[in-house]
Amino acid sequence: MPVPTTPGGVETDHPLRRGFADNYGIDSPFPDEMVRPDRSLRPHWREFVSMLDDLKPGEFGHRRELARRLIHQNGVTHNVYGDPNGLDRPWSLDFIPLLIAGAHWDSISEGLIQRARLLDRLLADLYGPADTVFSGVLPPELLWSNPGFLRPCHGIRLPQGRWLHLYAADLVRNETGQFEVLSDRTQAPSGAGYTLENRIVLSRALPPVFRQCRVQRLAPFFVSLRETLAELAPANHENPRIVLYTPGPYNETYFEHSFLARYLGYTLVQGNDLTVRDTIVYMKTLGGLQRVDVILRRVDDNFCDPLELLPDSYLGVPGLLQAIRRGNVAVANAVGCGVLQAPGFLPFLPAVCRYLLGEELKLPSVQTWWCGHTEILEFVTQHLPELVIKSAYPTQGEDPVFGQSLTREELSALEQKIRARPAHYVAQKQVMACTTPALIGEEVQPRRFVVRSYLSAYGDSYTVMNGGLSRITQSNDSLVVSLQKGGRSKDTWILSDGPVSPVTLLPSTTQPIAISRGGNDLPSRLAEDLFWLGRYAERTDAQARLARGTIARMIDQTGFDSAHAVQVLGSACRNKPIRSTGAELEREFIEAMLGKAKGEGLCGSVSNLHRLARVLRDTISTDAWRILQEIYRAVFNFKTGLSDPASGILELLDNLIVTLAAFAGLASDSMTRGQAWRFLDIGRRVERASFISRFLRDSLVEPDTDPVLLEAVLDIGDSSLTYRRRYMTHLETHAVADLLLADETNPRSVAFQLALIDQHLGALPRDLSHPDRNHDQRLLLKLRTSIQLADFVELCSAASGRERKEFHAMLSEIMEQIGQLSEAIAQLYFSHAVVSHEIGDAHEEHQD
Amino acid sequence: MKYRVTHSTRFGYDEAIPLSHNVVRVKPREHETQTCLQYQLLVLPAPTVRNDGFDYFGNHVTWFSLQEPHTVLRIAAQSEVQVLPSGPYEVNAGPTWEQVLRILNISPDREILAAREFVYESPHVPWSKELAEFARRSFPAGRPFLACVLDLTKRIHHDFKFLAGSTEIDTTVEEVFHAHQGVCQDFAHVQICCLRSLGFSARYVSGYLVTSPPPGKERLAGADASHAWVSVFAPGTGWVEFDPTNGLMPSDGHITLAWGRDYDDVGPSRGILIGGQRHWMDVSVDVVPIEPC
Repeated sequence: MPVPTTPGGVETDHPLRRGFADNYGIDSPFPDEMVRPDRSLRPHWREFVSMLDDLKPGEFGHRRELARRLIHQNGVTHNVYGDPNGLDRPWSLDFIPLLIAGAHWDSISEGLIQRARLLDRLLADLYGPADTVFSGVLPPELLWSNPGFLRPCHGIRLPQGRWLHLYAADLVRNETGQFEVLSDRTQAPSGAGYTLENRIVLSRALPPVFRQCRVQRLAPFFVSLRETLAELAPANHENPRIVLYTPGPYNETYFEHSFLARYLGYTLVQGNDLTVRDTIVYMKTLGGLQRVDVILRRVDDNFCDPLELLPDSYLGVPGLLQAIRRGNVAVANAVGCGVLQAPGFLPFLPAVCRYLLGEELKLPSVQTWWCGHTEILEFVTQHLPELVIKSAYPTQGEDPVFGQSLTREELSALEQKIRARPAHYVAQKQVMACTTPALIGEEVQPRRFVVRSYLSAYGDSYTVMNGGLSRITQSNDSLVVSLQKGGRSKDTWILSDGPVSPVTLLPSTTQPIAISRGGNDLPSRLAEDLFWLGRYAERTDAQARLARGTIARMIDQTGFDSAHAVQVLGSACRNKPIRSTGAELEREFIEAMLGKAKGEGLCGSVSNLHRLARVLRDTISTDAWRILQEIYRAVFNFKTGLSDPASGILELLDNLIVTLAAFAGLASDSMTRGQAWRFLDIGRRVERASFISRFLRDSLVEPDTDPVLLEAVLDIGDSSLTYRRRYMTHLETHAVADLLLADETNPRSVAFQLALIDQHLGALPRDLSHPDRNHDQRLLLKLRTSIQLADFVELCSAASGRERKEFHAMLSEIMEQIGQLSEAIAQLYFSHAVVSHEIGDAHEEHQD
Repeated sequence: MKYRVTHSTRFGYDEAIPLSHNVVRVKPREHETQTCLQYQLLVLPAPTVRNDGFDYFGNHVTWFSLQEPHTVLRIAAQSEVQVLPSGPYEVNAGPTWEQVLRILNISPDREILAAREFVYESPHVPWSKELAEFARRSFPAGRPFLACVLDLTKRIHHDFKFLAGSTEIDTTVEEVFHAHQGVCQDFAHVQICCLRSLGFSARYVSGYLVTSPPPGKERLAGADASHAWVSVFAPGTGWVEFDPTNGLMPSDGHITLAWGRDYDDVGPSRGILIGGQRHWMDVSVDVVPIEPC
């Protein structure tokens, strides 16, 4: 890819070249991460800055472009809620990392570890004796009026007595340069995966800089997380099954869920993939139920068990809580941890720390006032314009309110709201005073920032990730850091004084890992999604071939009369007759074929393909994902309004067919011949068989043998070469029918597809207790026999002017049976994926 | 009084259910004036897994799962309960409502602190200005607290019309308040809302009520149903019960099953079916006095 050049050449290519003091426009009275008030560089930035300065002309732009491309290629995305185009928005990473000196970080880490220990003990207290409340350390509202306090979790005994396994803290730097905690994330902290992805991208884009700066590694954090989770397993200690439990592809951070699942080697599951039997959690797989030992949870705790928590949750696993109570499964973080995500706790943490740990709190919180006390309420209402108002309890995406941005009327409305329920609100001092450089366009500009740091439980303490996810404000004067609202992320480099030793995620134990060639553990839902991925990939291919063949003949100028062929093909394409002619015909046909307006046609198939690719993110390879993204983009960005629509669309269709072939090739080359591959291929075969039989029915039943049409049928059926080799240029309907229907050596024929499906089905496990366990194979046998026995000479030899009625009937029946076959496969293999229903709101009500 | 209580519930499903998970609270809980002498829970078909325990509020809970296909589920709980008369309470003596409010707000006493859990909002009972206004008429300055609550209980009984089927489980307290009609569960929620909105501590009690037959007629079996009323915390006295549906203070004719913040905490049974839906349900409750104590 070419390096983008900007007018002005080398000078603007490297915004840092002229030095920071001249270029870096800081106007804030508060400290900056990189430069001192006199504009000299802080010591820990010197190495980094001089390395960047030493880059050759052009190289800076090149490396920046490389980073952008890596993000694109790795498919790093996040979803923005409430935005129709918000799905899969590319991840936004600033090219300049945030640098923190090792010694400084050590003292922050110490504070973070203490805080994690404190919150873990506080959780144990709140879900146990609640001494902090009864002894007056915490106001009772914070617990009993807190919607995050899940009473069914009270008294649950957990492995090692541990509640908090993964903790994150959002840190800001106040005007004196001290780091403070803006908020505690105890529910299911997100972002650790993005942090890792940021690191991968930036270390690849700037390898010498990265090495020279002695950046501490992220991997030790993930190693301890993995060990901690494995130790939680109540059974099966040698090789525990750990799953990452996600709300699904529409969640904001679904990319991260699939990325982490792959990185950590866990199976990615949704609630529907799990079931509870005998108070044990199982994963539903093709090979039957497989016990789950540990669940790494990314679903908010209240949604985890519709039986005892939020009853209308479709994300949950009914009976999960009881499995936890019986000690049959471990969940991290423990169900109930969300309670501490309440900002109301912040003002009380110093006292809680003295009470529970007998220590002074090392890492302070941003100054926060809980409005539940009368004097504080008065103070807060008098100082509203200087404060940030937040809910005291955990919220679902409710934004903080900045007093300074409100009008007088809004301020008084806010005051009324607070006075109605003072205990529901906290006020926070406005911080985020410090700035750090960011590369905005071609300029280095100061931005306010928040660092999310991560801790994993380890032994009886915690391990801090030496790094973190930094996020910067969108503009210089903005105070809100939100990736949902257009902010950007940064990698965070913790610099080491000594050399940094590399770490690998591969197990370091001396015991060799047991060889596994399983593959019986494909979750039923994944099998179903793969089946449909295969079907839609093939459907898209078929639609593209049919459309290409049709349009090519519309604009054919070779002199043959193709009008009849176009009529027939066009009707086959659209499932209804085509009447218009000429340019009008082309436009009408292309628009209908694309089906953009109605979400059908090619656009419909491609949307489905794209949706399935998202769901299967952790199952298909990154290359395959990239190809499917490319297809989606190409089809949806295609402009129909051009003066010569036909040639544009032909190019699109050509590309589409080649790209789909690449996708098919990837699948056949790089997927192990396990169940995942089989279901993908069965889907593909079922779709192809169904397309060919329908296409032949729609195009060959008319009595007259139109050579242009037959030629087109062979072309669309991708069998022209084979036909020519056998019959030279002699075109006969029955020979065409035989080649596309019955010839088991032709990879495009119906018979070939059926033979492969038969092979696949023979290799799949079969539930012997299923009432109709051989229904699929019986259907297949019937289909194959009827095709083998067909006499195509007779079937295709209708008298002139008469339709080939028997041929039509036969093809209709084949189509119907393929449909039945598809249903039988679904019945046999996908029916595990049934949904649960709550029995009303409750069984009965108090009536009397 | 001693009673035999039979509470049976049957569910029919539209197709065979391969798996269902259930939680039930049908064992009468023990407290100062109530003892459960005998208890048996019968579930048909027999569940594969069954565990008993207590919930957060100390109510008895049974969790069970059915793992074989079934089209009908029967849950029958049978118990023998002894209920001693509570009270009598000197409603016109004791601390005034102002004193109660003050004690509730400042006392570090463990029992009083624990009672504060029932001052706050809960899923079915948010605080309401409107209901607070309505309740305030029962709380004139200087009136003893229990007298105020009894007056409120009687006013709800007098002002609201009992109408079976007039509300659903998700009808809000304010909707009930405006319609002035509902069933016992709604009246309990209305009274709890009134009390909490004024800052008092009130909880929801589920249980059974013995309905006396008209004189000379025989008691009809199965005529009874599950009932709900309210318990109020009075510092110095403890939890005192009021029944807004009948406008009285329960004595030994109310059998307590469970208590919590509102209906959500104590629903007698909750279940999740995998792979089907409920088709029908019937409930019968039978409370037979065995002997006077």
